[in-house]
Amino acid sequence: MSIDLQQDFFTLFGLPRRFELDERALEAAFHDLQTEVHPDRYAHLPEADKRRSMQWATRVNEGFRTLRKPLARAMYLLELAGVDAGLETNTAMSPEFLMEQMEWREAVEEARAAGEVDELEHLHQRLRQHGREMLAGLQQALDQQGDLEAAAETVRRLMFVEKLQHEIDDALEALES
Amino acid sequence: MALLQIAEPGMSTEPHRHRLAAGIDLGTTNSLVATVRNGLAVCLADEKGRTMLPSVVHYRADGSIEVGQAALAAQATDPRNAIVSVKRFMGRGLKDVTHVESSPYDFVDAPGMVRLRTVQGIKSPVEVSAEILKVLRTRAEASLGGELSGVVITVPAYFDDAQRQATKDAATLAGLNVLRLLNEPTAAAVAYGLDNASEGIYAVYDLGGGTFDLSILKLSRGVFEVLSTNGDAALGGDDFDHRLFCWILDQAHIEPPSSEDARRLQMKAREVKELLTASEEAPVRVRLGSGEEVNLTVTRQQFEDMTQHLVRKTLAPMRKALRDAGLAPEEVKGVVMVGGATRMPQIQRSVAEFFDQEPLTNLDPDKVVALGAAIQANVLAGNRKDEDDWLLLDVIPLSLGLETMGGLTEKVIPRNSTLPIARAQEFTTVKDGQTAMAVHVVQGERELVSDCRSLARFELRGIPPMVAGAARIRVTFQVDADGLLSVAAREMSSGVEASVLVKPSYGLTDEEIAGMLREGVDHAGDDMLARALREQQVEADRLVEATEHALAQDGDLLDAAERAAVDQAIAALRAAREGSDHRKVKQHIDALARATDEFAARRMDRSVRSALAGHKVDEIEL
Ligand SMILES: Nc1ncnc2c1ncn2[C@@H]1O[C@H](COP(=O)(O)OP(=O)(O)OP(=O)(O)O)[C@@H](O)[C@H]1O
Ligand SMILES: [Mg+2]
Repeated sequence: MSIDLQQDFFTLFGLPRRFELDERALEAAFHDLQTEVHPDRYAHLPEADKRRSMQWATRVNEGFRTLRKPLARAMYLLELAGVDAGLETNTAMSPEFLMEQMEWREAVEEARAAGEVDELEHLHQRLRQHGREMLAGLQQALDQQGDLEAAAETVRRLMFVEKLQHEIDDALEALES
Repeated sequence: MALLQIAEPGMSTEPHRHRLAAGIDLGTTNSLVATVRNGLAVCLADEKGRTMLPSVVHYRADGSIEVGQAALAAQATDPRNAIVSVKRFMGRGLKDVTHVESSPYDFVDAPGMVRLRTVQGIKSPVEVSAEILKVLRTRAEASLGGELSGVVITVPAYFDDAQRQATKDAATLAGLNVLRLLNEPTAAAVAYGLDNASEGIYAVYDLGGGTFDLSILKLSRGVFEVLSTNGDAALGGDDFDHRLFCWILDQAHIEPPSSEDARRLQMKAREVKELLTASEEAPVRVRLGSGEEVNLTVTRQQFEDMTQHLVRKTLAPMRKALRDAGLAPEEVKGVVMVGGATRMPQIQRSVAEFFDQEPLTNLDPDKVVALGAAIQANVLAGNRKDEDDWLLLDVIPLSLGLETMGGLTEKVIPRNSTLPIARAQEFTTVKDGQTAMAVHVVQGERELVSDCRSLARFELRGIPPMVAGAARIRVTFQVDADGLLSVAAREMSSGVEASVLVKPSYGLTDEEIAGMLREGVDHAGDDMLARALREQQVEADRLVEATEHALAQDGDLLDAAERAAVDQAIAALRAAREGSDHRKVKQHIDALARATDEFAARRMDRSVRSALAGHKVDEIEL
């Protein structure tokens, strides 16, 4: 009878379970839920209430973080459907994709070694564009075609792209300080 | 716990009973206490009308302790026992302390947090800070005419776990109930945002005496959401003083000065720095202990040249915070300036240039943090009114990680995650029959453990003996709304709760705190015991009242047996409350809290459901 702390995030936020997302509705639901459960609302109350509130607020934050980011959302949808996108190893990736990744990686490494901030920024931007295109495909696969295999494949590729973006961020940060 | 929780969480259970609450800005240089009076936040003054309490503690040979203005003069005459800027030592080891060579203190290099040897014995920075807090508490209680039910204490946003814990420990020593540790820039944003009904992206630039914070916030419909924060917990006005101090030593050819001269010159340096904010040049005239006189002039240009690198040090945190928030400087609608050091013209210029706009300086940079803390304290204490319907969402400033093979860190909780947050990590045993395991938690962004701050080492004990690799120990890291970490562990295949033994790397252990508290009690004797009893009685009454309200409202959530158990716990607490043993009252408070745990959970579910219901109605209307 009680709402389960483990219920899925889409239900928790009152959103349809699909990849396409109304960001404003997500944010509004996030704020409404936190207004209800945030520890600041329970600071003057007994320990039991504080602890509950912390657990709930933690869960709500976790849900917001998961649904807001497209890649995390896609992985979560796959997880709900019983597919662990991260499980497959690199060997499952197509050789062309891996080649392409090597090239990106070399470009980043070169720019980092040469301390070329502009080039790093440029690579970052191109990667972002690349990622955006993949996300469009991901929506097709998840929401329209229901092709979980294809979606999982795209998610794995996006994970590569994201990792590379983080590496560029780190390189930029290192060059700045 | 409560009745009104369902309809309006956080509302006072009894509207007519106002709970006394205060916000405290425990600063490196100055500390303040503020409260909300008739709906308005005000800083409280001492009997001479001064709101700022200099953060100076003087341990005198006669056993008395002076704090604030009274201790200022002792800086030059008794520098070893007059502790200034103690905030810089909170949660820090000796090797982290900068400018040790020109510090007059007698540092004790114990493992963990640095200590100071004074004429009254060895003091931890936590104890020194507690002295400042005690004075502010007395000031607030005298002004409000009663005991404080709780306080909000501000900390630099970039403070790590050890520094936060040290601050909270200081409050415990000062007998304060901490409702929340609030980040200083966030406090400023609350005071500013509520004052100006602001909406949009704001940056708060806080350069105080010893710390620098930069936070990016999104203000929308009563929600203050911190998007990212960055900073330098060891950069502030003190460093500008130090540069000028070194310059004076150099110009006047003073070989290593005596402690007294060093302090005199440091005080002079600060005075001159502040003068240069309004004047183009300032005289440096100091008589040294030897009778010799220093007589120099310094221009603003010279000062700006010698402190350029310090101004530049604030730029990287600004860039990083923006990048983490995914924003460009021009997307920031306003920059709120906080902290006395932001008065320096070179700071104003560099901020204006970076954000390409004039910073906002229409709030008093000295008071805004304390005022924001007071507003928050008032609401957290349970005095929420309809117009207080705003929400604060803050983040963890630095990533939390674990030590893995080869001295590398593995991130568990990334920086700028919204609080509270939890992450679970699974470990396994490497030896047959292994029953214990060590875990090292660090905080920071670097790859090597040695470059991050060590927070604590945990020993997981009581793992049921199994073959290597069979045990699955799930360790949960929970960071609460104060930004403080706690750890729980469970062996998954057997369900055995592994005990977690915490050895904080820089903090005080629970025993040490208890020891310091006992010392205080021994000194104050019966007074303290009476106070402890009174505090527990107030807590007991509050809990009984809240529970009864909740039962009246949501009693239907319990079946008859459950109800009977709660009623029994209430009766037992009522009985204990009439006795004279504060520990007994506490025991029954805990027992009632435990007895209502499940009830609290069900009521929380109900309130979440009502939030969702409300939300769906909104959507249909759209
Ligand atoms: N007019 C001024 N010009 C330059 N600096 C000033 C001026 N007034 C105050 N300051 C400096 O501001 C600093 C104190 O600021 P503030 O009181 O905001 O710090 P704090 O809150 O005690 O420190 P923190 O927030 O870092 O813990 C000191 O270094 C002081 O010299
Ligand atoms: Mg300050």
